[in-house]
Amino acid sequence: MKFIPNTDPEQAEMLNAIGVKSIADLFEVVPESARFPKLNLPKPLSEMEIMAELTAMSDKNADTFHYSAFIGAGAYNHFQPSIVGQMISRSEFLTAYTPYQPEVSQGTLQAVFEYQTMVAELLAMDVVNASHYDGATAIAEAAIMAYHVSRGKRKKVLVLPSVKPNYRKVMRTYTQGTPIEITGDEDPVTDLAALTAMLDSDTACLVVQSPNFFGELEDLRGLADAVHAAGALLVVHTDPHSLGLFTPPGEYGADIVTAEGHALGSPLNFGGPYLGIFATTNKLVRKMPGRVVGQTVDTNGKRGFVLTLSTREQHIRREKATSNICSNQGLNALAAAVYLAAMGKNGMRRVAELSYHKAHYAAAEIDKLPGFKLLTTKPFFKEFVIQCPKPVSEINRALLAKKIIGGYDLSHRYPDRTNQMLVAVTEMNTRQQIDDFVAALKEVA
Amino acid sequence: MLYEPLLFEISTPGRVAVALPDLDVPEAPLPTEFLRREEPNLPELSELDVARHFVRLSQKNYSVDSVFYPLGSCTMKYNPKVNEAAAAKPKFTATHPLQPEETVQGNLQLMFELQELLKEISGFAGVCLQPAAGAHGEFSGVLTMRAYHLSRGDTKRTKMIIPDSAHGTNPASSAMSGFTVQEIPSDARGNIDLDALKAACDDTVVGLMITNPNTLGLFEEHIEAVVQTVHDCGGLVYGDGANLNALMGIVRPGDLGFDVMHFNLHKTFSTPHGGGGPGSGPIGVSKALAPFMPGPIVEKDGDAYKLVTPEQSVGAVKAFYGNFGVMVRAYTYIRMMGAEGLRAVSENAVLNANYMRVKLQDTYHVPFNRVCMHEFVAEGNIAEGIHTMDIAKRLIDFGYHPPTVYFPLIVHEALMIEPTETESKETMDGFIEALHKIAEEAKTNPDLLHTAPHTTELGRLDEVQAARHPVLKYQG
Repeated sequence: MKFIPNTDPEQAEMLNAIGVKSIADLFEVVPESARFPKLNLPKPLSEMEIMAELTAMSDKNADTFHYSAFIGAGAYNHFQPSIVGQMISRSEFLTAYTPYQPEVSQGTLQAVFEYQTMVAELLAMDVVNASHYDGATAIAEAAIMAYHVSRGKRKKVLVLPSVKPNYRKVMRTYTQGTPIEITGDEDPVTDLAALTAMLDSDTACLVVQSPNFFGELEDLRGLADAVHAAGALLVVHTDPHSLGLFTPPGEYGADIVTAEGHALGSPLNFGGPYLGIFATTNKLVRKMPGRVVGQTVDTNGKRGFVLTLSTREQHIRREKATSNICSNQGLNALAAAVYLAAMGKNGMRRVAELSYHKAHYAAAEIDKLPGFKLLTTKPFFKEFVIQCPKPVSEINRALLAKKIIGGYDLSHRYPDRTNQMLVAVTEMNTRQQIDDFVAALKEVA
Repeated sequence: MLYEPLLFEISTPGRVAVALPDLDVPEAPLPTEFLRREEPNLPELSELDVARHFVRLSQKNYSVDSVFYPLGSCTMKYNPKVNEAAAAKPKFTATHPLQPEETVQGNLQLMFELQELLKEISGFAGVCLQPAAGAHGEFSGVLTMRAYHLSRGDTKRTKMIIPDSAHGTNPASSAMSGFTVQEIPSDARGNIDLDALKAACDDTVVGLMITNPNTLGLFEEHIEAVVQTVHDCGGLVYGDGANLNALMGIVRPGDLGFDVMHFNLHKTFSTPHGGGGPGSGPIGVSKALAPFMPGPIVEKDGDAYKLVTPEQSVGAVKAFYGNFGVMVRAYTYIRMMGAEGLRAVSENAVLNANYMRVKLQDTYHVPFNRVCMHEFVAEGNIAEGIHTMDIAKRLIDFGYHPPTVYFPLIVHEALMIEPTETESKETMDGFIEALHKIAEEAKTNPDLLHTAPHTTELGRLDEVQAARHPVLKYQG
């Protein structure tokens, strides 16, 4: 049978060695009333058949190769060089487990060490772990870590309402069984100054996102001092691509930095697998959740790499662990390592510049359209908000007919923001695409 | 084939691997107060530099495609290549999670059908695909249990019962959900100690987290009594699905009365482990718990598929809908195997493990020695001064990835062996022979074991130094 190599005679030989007559005899321990249920599954398919079916299924989708896309809101259509997919498809990377046996896992371990180093450089942070499931779970674990750093004494997590709404939801899901209180984001107009004024002796951390959900850069100068003066930690969520141009969170004095890193080498993939980036300072490293790779030497004094600081982790500390995380997004971290190695210093700057200028061109052009208005007034990176003359869902439907995937409808998560569209532009959008988008908006309005 | 440099050590200023298009719009002014003053010190390499570096790194790994990898509890079965081709289809990969639902009907259909397939295989009424890994599924499942109790005004329940053989993620997931953990011992036959369970069951119990077959590879002999005991005190039964590879078409956890379970698509359903993920850890739940699952999940409405959040949901556990790319692989596998195929998977996984158990039991003591499921646990202290770690490292010299070592914690010097159904008798015989040879060496030349491995570029690594003086990024 496919994927099962043993033949009937071999099975008979093995049964004989075990001393049972049939395979069914091996399952006598299973309660008889429930043993060997008939599973009502579709009949098995050959490779040809399943691939044909999946082709038909995926053909029902509109994809960013055949449509021009202006949607972001936490997932971004950045360029993925071919070398990334080729390297991470190497069986030796793809079909290995978590590197528990370092002597036969140096490939994975060194690549993760390089990932940690390059991402730490980008963020200007001391330590980066081996990954979380995505940006949302990384930021949720950051809040939990801040609570533990205060030894459970500080329960309040202050979050700006301009942090991605679905991230704030995940933070609340994660902390619902704990004394941690996620707050500060109840009033959508609360800004950084107002949030900073809420800092008190019960605050574990202040969480800010820059560029924020609306694409704007938050002014983080002096923030860390105010947060630290209150005895709390500063958590900054960022977009790794913005750091090709803009000041990294480490320079602002952040204690924990998280990011969604999927666009570093992983495709959009309908939301996953993605890459949760998590970074902190040397001072806090022993409170950090997640796996981390460290450098050491072998018996001959040669450099090598191992999983380390594992006494923080669930397999040793069980219920006292800093997190329950075990399998993470290893292959996505590898993809990010290949991506960053290939893009290099110049590539990261260039992608940020292209995205920035194209987004600003698009914003200016849309602002000129009758009935539309650019609402973003602060400096922004690659996303901005426009006021539209009619509901975004209606506009987006009309855009689809022109093979354009429009921006995110902000009224989904912010009921007051009727007819507001969050538009994302990256290096993948050509001037022609942008001009067509602008023309289409004018027409459908 | 010694290759040691890090990316940063082969970097040359001015080298470029990727060319990007020219700017085709006017430049906008940059906000100077926000600009990065110092460029990140990323390497500068040619594309060949990058390719050669990562290919050479890959060659330092053992993997399922290169060697037998009997890592217990991890189900390192072969990952069919068709899975990769399926998941790489551009019309799957190039879809954005927030596109209008009418433009991602193919994705939603696949997710809906996968939910249905997993329900049928496991006997659960509801499935949520959102969790990204086994531990994430556990956390989601435990939160779902919590929400169920609270919805009934049952606020006293704060204690999770967990057997001493459990994965460390079980107590960690319970603690993250705000619960205390009471550990229950195993009995002499490797089952949960039923008397201890009965004594622990009271009206403060959230539930029991049980791995069945357990981490000794043994099917719980009193599973019906265990489930009944927990239900009698108002608790719920959580199944850790890490070992589902033994049970497909054999028994459905839902039929045994389990209330919630996570699946490990990256174990049972042949998606690659990727050197530490991405996995996928969907949960299946009973009808009573379905309203509390995380979400969104996919529902079918006429001919259309849509994303829906269960009415009393604990909330989202991930930004979007889960590791979709992994779901495509698992769906492909299940559709290729069908019902008979999946039953054959579990039958052969169990047959292979029992064959290895009986072939090794005279040399390597098997502490709970009865018919096992898809894996078994032996002991590595086969001679004076020899430890499991020595056996594991010596196996590397024979070209095998070591089994899981020192787990479960209740077996001293544990060697946990899981062959999976995709390995041939020939491969297993080779491994058995190597273990017998190593047992001889343990008596005649123990140093060979103590100093192993001998065939790798690096010898044993100093983990103590790594932890005492952490070097977690390149120091220049």
